Amino acid sequence: MILAQIRQLPAWARWASFATLGVLVLTLVQELGQNDTSHLTAMTTSQTALKWSIPILLAGLGGLFAERAGIINIGLEGMMVLGTWFGAWGAFNFGPYTGILIGIIGGAIGGLIHAIATVGFGVDHIISGVAINILGPFAARFLSSEIFTGYQGGSVTQSPRVENVDKFTMPFLAGGYDTPNFLKWLGDKDLPLISDIGNILRGVLTQTSWATIVALLLVPFSAWLLWRTRFGLRIRISGEDPWAGESQGVNIYRYKFVAVMISGGLAGFGGAFITIEMSSIYQEGGTTGRGFIGLAALIFGNWRPGGILAAALLFGYPYALQFGDFDGFASHALLLVNAIALFGVTIWAIRKSKHADAAIAFVLGALSAIWYFVADTVPDWWVKILPYVIVIVVLIFFAQRLRMPAANGQIYRRGQT
Amino acid sequence: MKNETLRRIALALAAPIAAVIFATIASSVFLLIAGSNPFTAYGDMFEYGSRLEIQVDILNRATPLYISGVAAAIGFRMNLFNIGVEGQYRLAAIVAAYVGASVSLPAVLHIGLILLVAMLVGGAYSGVAGVLKVTRGVNEVISTIMLNAIAISGLIAWLVREWQAGGSVDATATNLGVGTEPINESGLIPNINSWLEIFTRDIGKGKELTGVFLVAVAVGILYHILINRTRFGFDLRATGINPFAARVGGVSDKRMVLGAMVLSGVVAGLVGMAEIAKLGRFNPNFVGGLGFAGIAVALLGRNHPGGIAIGALLFAFLDTASGVLQVTGSASREIVFIMQGIILLAAVIAYEVVQRFRIREEARLASVLLAGEAG
Repeated sequence: MILAQIRQLPAWARWASFATLGVLVLTLVQELGQNDTSHLTAMTTSQTALKWSIPILLAGLGGLFAERAGIINIGLEGMMVLGTWFGAWGAFNFGPYTGILIGIIGGAIGGLIHAIATVGFGVDHIISGVAINILGPFAARFLSSEIFTGYQGGSVTQSPRVENVDKFTMPFLAGGYDTPNFLKWLGDKDLPLISDIGNILRGVLTQTSWATIVALLLVPFSAWLLWRTRFGLRIRISGEDPWAGESQGVNIYRYKFVAVMISGGLAGFGGAFITIEMSSIYQEGGTTGRGFIGLAALIFGNWRPGGILAAALLFGYPYALQFGDFDGFASHALLLVNAIALFGVTIWAIRKSKHADAAIAFVLGALSAIWYFVADTVPDWWVKILPYVIVIVVLIFFAQRLRMPAANGQIYRRGQT
Repeated sequence: MKNETLRRIALALAAPIAAVIFATIASSVFLLIAGSNPFTAYGDMFEYGSRLEIQVDILNRATPLYISGVAAAIGFRMNLFNIGVEGQYRLAAIVAAYVGASVSLPAVLHIGLILLVAMLVGGAYSGVAGVLKVTRGVNEVISTIMLNAIAISGLIAWLVREWQAGGSVDATATNLGVGTEPINESGLIPNINSWLEIFTRDIGKGKELTGVFLVAVAVGILYHILINRTRFGFDLRATGINPFAARVGGVSDKRMVLGAMVLSGVVAGLVGMAEIAKLGRFNPNFVGGLGFAGIAVALLGRNHPGGIAIGALLFAFLDTASGVLQVTGSASREIVFIMQGIILLAAVIAYEVVQRFRIREEARLASVLLAGEAG
């Protein structure tokens, strides 16, 4: 019944409730464990988690624009790779801000190619996307061999170091600009739940890159653009029922083109973010499949900006936990978190009388719990694959509950139904 | 009618040839911008590629590419996108190498066992994606990509330490160069230099043509028979062309999805076998990227057994012959990556254009015939 009440709250309060619930689970797990697992809700963890979520978020938003216009963009990964390269090139030559802009342009070029193939020529979206995923790294390789090898510290597979974007610390809450640090005070109190929330918020608000802030602002902006403007309506009609749009005189081709280029630009932003904000260097293979994780975030987020953000944070968290978790206790405790989450899914499935779901969730949850109790640590490879496992497990339960744009993936030709 | 056949062949070849020409021109522009002479670069590559030893290298490269292409094509035939060949073949290779090293059998059995294990592992791993799709509706593109990551950064990274020759090592070990225990001589697929030398002079420089080449040929023939001469192949194509009609015709799409997915993985399992035969073990630097290259080759060859072979040879030629560019310095060898990417993209667009042209042509022909009947 609590859940039913939560559902009636406004969106922001609903999300806040779910987030609090999540932190509550993390707190509980800390209290239950014998080892010190404060790393789960440490300030550094939330700080890193946010950073790791941003490329996934941007790729997901990129996917959102394309798929809302009816074009499946599996080429996000390739566009992201272009973003990492162009971002590095731009940042090295003109500084980090221009670097991000050039990274966006690099990704948008990838988007343009995808749009020409799928919208212009009607090539199957997956085939074109796969081709771009192959072309992107190849192009980056060639460009590196031509350009980065001529720079000091650059080579065929990497660029010289580049600078970061400036950072921002929230005054009063996180002590930016020599103001009092309220959240630190709260975190040091060592109260259950409240101090955890304080630490997490402090991590998010301390030394936050302006690029991160812009990326986060893109979430409400995308929602506004797609659902509150005429431009967005026309993008969405291109993805729901382009023929209906055509009959209203909308130039569907143009909107699909623009949407896919925005999509590529956002993926490029994500790539540039990886280069400039995370690794400070372009490295071949540096995207490590995050374009695809972004695609999974798009699906899990049910093709909505808020959902994509939530999914990106969920997928980014296990990445972040690897850092600084030297004894492996926190990663180990995550098994219990997974178990609790899966038991939650079990209860949800029973209430919806989905017995197969309930059984699968219970078995997976039980396995996770057993593993937690019999082992003291988890092997390092488990931590590495955890984000991907979470993607699959999440899709196992939610793939059939989601609704993608009605004409997504269909090949649209003007004047033909 | 003779004219009609010629016309059809010309149409079928128009797209890939146009793509290669377009890619050559585009790459030349890139080369000119980079300050190299495209004619010297291409000339060097052709001169180098015309040597027998280099041709052996090209065939060695084309062999796994072809198998990988067929693996991808089996799924593509019914609009099922197995992006997971990359993870499937590497996982299959390490398990097959481990099993192969732990037994000692007569040569035929030993080799057969290794191939069988590889096919089983490949099929089982792709089967996971198939089961997820059939039972839970999880899109196979996403699941196979995730399974790739799980196999490569998880399972294989772990197994390669666990099965390290001379005992397992932990994550902090620095000397991971060795790989799994070596496979006995009897388990290694021999080279087939003598077969090739029937037609050519002796192969020099210690180059060996991999025996897996014959496996690839067999895979191609079986693929052709399966698709064109069996019930399964018919159902597969029917589902790919029109899933609703196929379902009405009594084809269980769930069974087809699972079958195609597993079969694709079974073939994928064979991709790493040439490398295993060459190295005699699985090592941490095991060849990668063949899965993604296979997808490209399958798209180039339009999922046709002969077409995939041409695609594999083309990519293998570019990969191998570009090695000379480093020596002569006439261009950077990475230009072939650009060429491959552009060829691929240009080809898929060109196929689409030709396909549209063909449909229009047929509609025109039909209307002419109908008009003739009416008159």
